[in-house]
Amino acid sequence: MFKKLVLGAALALAPAAGFAAGAYETHVENIPFSFDGPFGAFDQNQLQRGLQVYTEVCAACHGLQYVPFRTLSSESGPGLPEDQVRAYAADNFEVFDVVLDDFRPAVETDHFPGSNLETAPDLSLMAKARAGFHGPYGTGINQLLKGIGGPDYIASLLMGYTGKEKEEAGVVLYENTAFQGGWISMAPPLSDELVEFADGHANDLHHMAVDVASFLMWTAEPKMMARKQAGFVGVLMLTILSVLLYLVNKKLWAPIKRKEVDL
Amino acid sequence: MGGIPHDHYEPKSGGEKWLHSRLPVVGLLYDTIMIPTPKNLNWMWIWGIVLTFCLALQIITGIVLVMHYTPHVDFAFSSVEHIMRNVNGGYMLRYMHMNGASLFFVAVYAHIFRGLYYGSYKAPREITWIIGMLIYLLMMGTAFMGYVLPWGQMSFWGATVITGLFGAIPFIGEGIQTWLLGGPAVDNATLNRFFSLHYLLPFVIAGLVIVHIWAFHTTGNNNPTGVEVRRGSKAEAEKDTVPFWPYFVIKDLFALGVILAVFFAIVGFMPNYLGHPDNYIEANPLATPAHIVPEWYFLPFYAILRAFTSDVWIVMFFEWITGGIIDAKFFGVLAMFGAIAVMALAPWLDTSKVRSGRYRPMFKWWFALLVVDFIFLMWLGAMPAEEPYASLSLIGSAYWFGYFLVILPLLGVIEKPDPIPATIEDDFDAHYPAKSSGDAAAAPAE
Repeated sequence: MFKKLVLGAALALAPAAGFAAGAYETHVENIPFSFDGPFGAFDQNQLQRGLQVYTEVCAACHGLQYVPFRTLSSESGPGLPEDQVRAYAADNFEVFDVVLDDFRPAVETDHFPGSNLETAPDLSLMAKARAGFHGPYGTGINQLLKGIGGPDYIASLLMGYTGKEKEEAGVVLYENTAFQGGWISMAPPLSDELVEFADGHANDLHHMAVDVASFLMWTAEPKMMARKQAGFVGVLMLTILSVLLYLVNKKLWAPIKRKEVDL
Repeated sequence: MGGIPHDHYEPKSGGEKWLHSRLPVVGLLYDTIMIPTPKNLNWMWIWGIVLTFCLALQIITGIVLVMHYTPHVDFAFSSVEHIMRNVNGGYMLRYMHMNGASLFFVAVYAHIFRGLYYGSYKAPREITWIIGMLIYLLMMGTAFMGYVLPWGQMSFWGATVITGLFGAIPFIGEGIQTWLLGGPAVDNATLNRFFSLHYLLPFVIAGLVIVHIWAFHTTGNNNPTGVEVRRGSKAEAEKDTVPFWPYFVIKDLFALGVILAVFFAIVGFMPNYLGHPDNYIEANPLATPAHIVPEWYFLPFYAILRAFTSDVWIVMFFEWITGGIIDAKFFGVLAMFGAIAVMALAPWLDTSKVRSGRYRPMFKWWFALLVVDFIFLMWLGAMPAEEPYASLSLIGSAYWFGYFLVILPLLGVIEKPDPIPATIEDDFDAHYPAKSSGDAAAAPAE
């Protein structure tokens, strides 16, 4: 057991230098999301479109168990009006109620259900559970500007089907250029014009994939806007404080260092 | 506080005298904060404040996180998500705590290497050094157990691999491992005890920090020259020192401000940069991640652990001479802990009479190589266990041990040190010449 673990551990790579297992060359495309970089922000319309793609397509198998419906009305998220959130939850999802001992329509305080299929992972945190980029030189610093790469991975995966199939132990596998090992058991979920957007927004594969990837970034990091703002305020205030302390320090030490300081 | 002569607290008002004769706490604080500090300290002496700040940050954010966290295998992961989503400011608390651990280790490594270069570990500061090493060990234990608490994939498998190290101890190893885990494998019992200890150890660290500070307040600070403060009289001592408050408090706070600006940029803009994506997948004992990687601050010692494989001659020799009791995996564990042990023994391994590396022409280069070696090992710890990394890890490990066990003892004998300034004042005046010596541009402080 230990040997095997150490071997596994020995094969380990730093997060910054991760690579796909096996010989299969995977490719994750860097997609310029609106929320990349220190000042990037979620695009509310895009999140709403992504929610629609999730509801009509992904939700058939995949859950979002950590996401409460009420957060869909979040200003920094999809921003649906509260009555719409209530209607959305009740119309689309049923949850098991332990008091009723039966299923009932979901209300806004419920969470999205978990996955329907055991083999379909929950998507709540998927955008943070996959790494996209590692450069330059394996340091991963470029995620400051390009984002953490998780949503890019999701979009690349959705667009990465080559059309080739194979059967292995009774399971049909589909070749996918973004998936580790190159073969995934999920059939291509999206195709051009699968989802019809109310506002007539482009609904080709690329647009839908990017929209749902954005939505999943929001489900994984619903407080991203607040976090970046806090970071910005923090850096700004600390910079001002540091400048003031620098000047105080300079003045304080001047007599000790026999320097003249005009302040 | 003994040591350097300086003014002590004199209670003036009636109230002050009343308190002072019953509990001299104000006097204690006064003496602590007004301690005479060598005035030539450079920017590498700021890390103590940064470390104190980190400990406070981790304890304060940690206490609030505990109010919302559930230490149970079924709820730990979702309670962390609860903190991230529902607790007011919870995402900030958790990201600060998570990245605070990294800042803590950045600061502690800078602090340790500062001590190694300027000979801060040498007499009479051995106790300060040893207490520091104990704090460092406790920090590693605390950080490791803290990483298990979110109960992600890397939490679970990291805990499995690291506790497995104790299983490598001959005869009693498996018993120790089971005792540590509270069962045959990492499970709820493990999570609970790690949670308990993760809450306890920081307070033990806080206690040791007080002893650490007490010890160097007794001996006085080291300084870049390694020359002791003159203690003949108060007037003499005052030529070498300035009081800690306000001179070094302000200087250190400025440095802390700059460091925290960078810290907040990471917390605000790339909080998951130093984490592993797999830890956003809930722990699953049935699915081993493709790569199990420790946090970055463990990587150098992880590289040393992995370097000693069964095909290395020294491992084969020990396996043969002990009749197989010390096998490759136990040897690796011994090497990993030994790497820290030799560092702790530096005060007795370094034979040089000269304290500061600044006046040791040969030592300087070997020390620089040690820093490079440390970073090299950190990189190797992140690489797969295959050639050329395995051989390189062995070279890196060999240098680490060689530095402490061979180079430090030998250098003291063969090296001819440069001339040392007679006093701290002389060194300081050389940097900041008196007015009479003309307008020669003052060299910047190091």
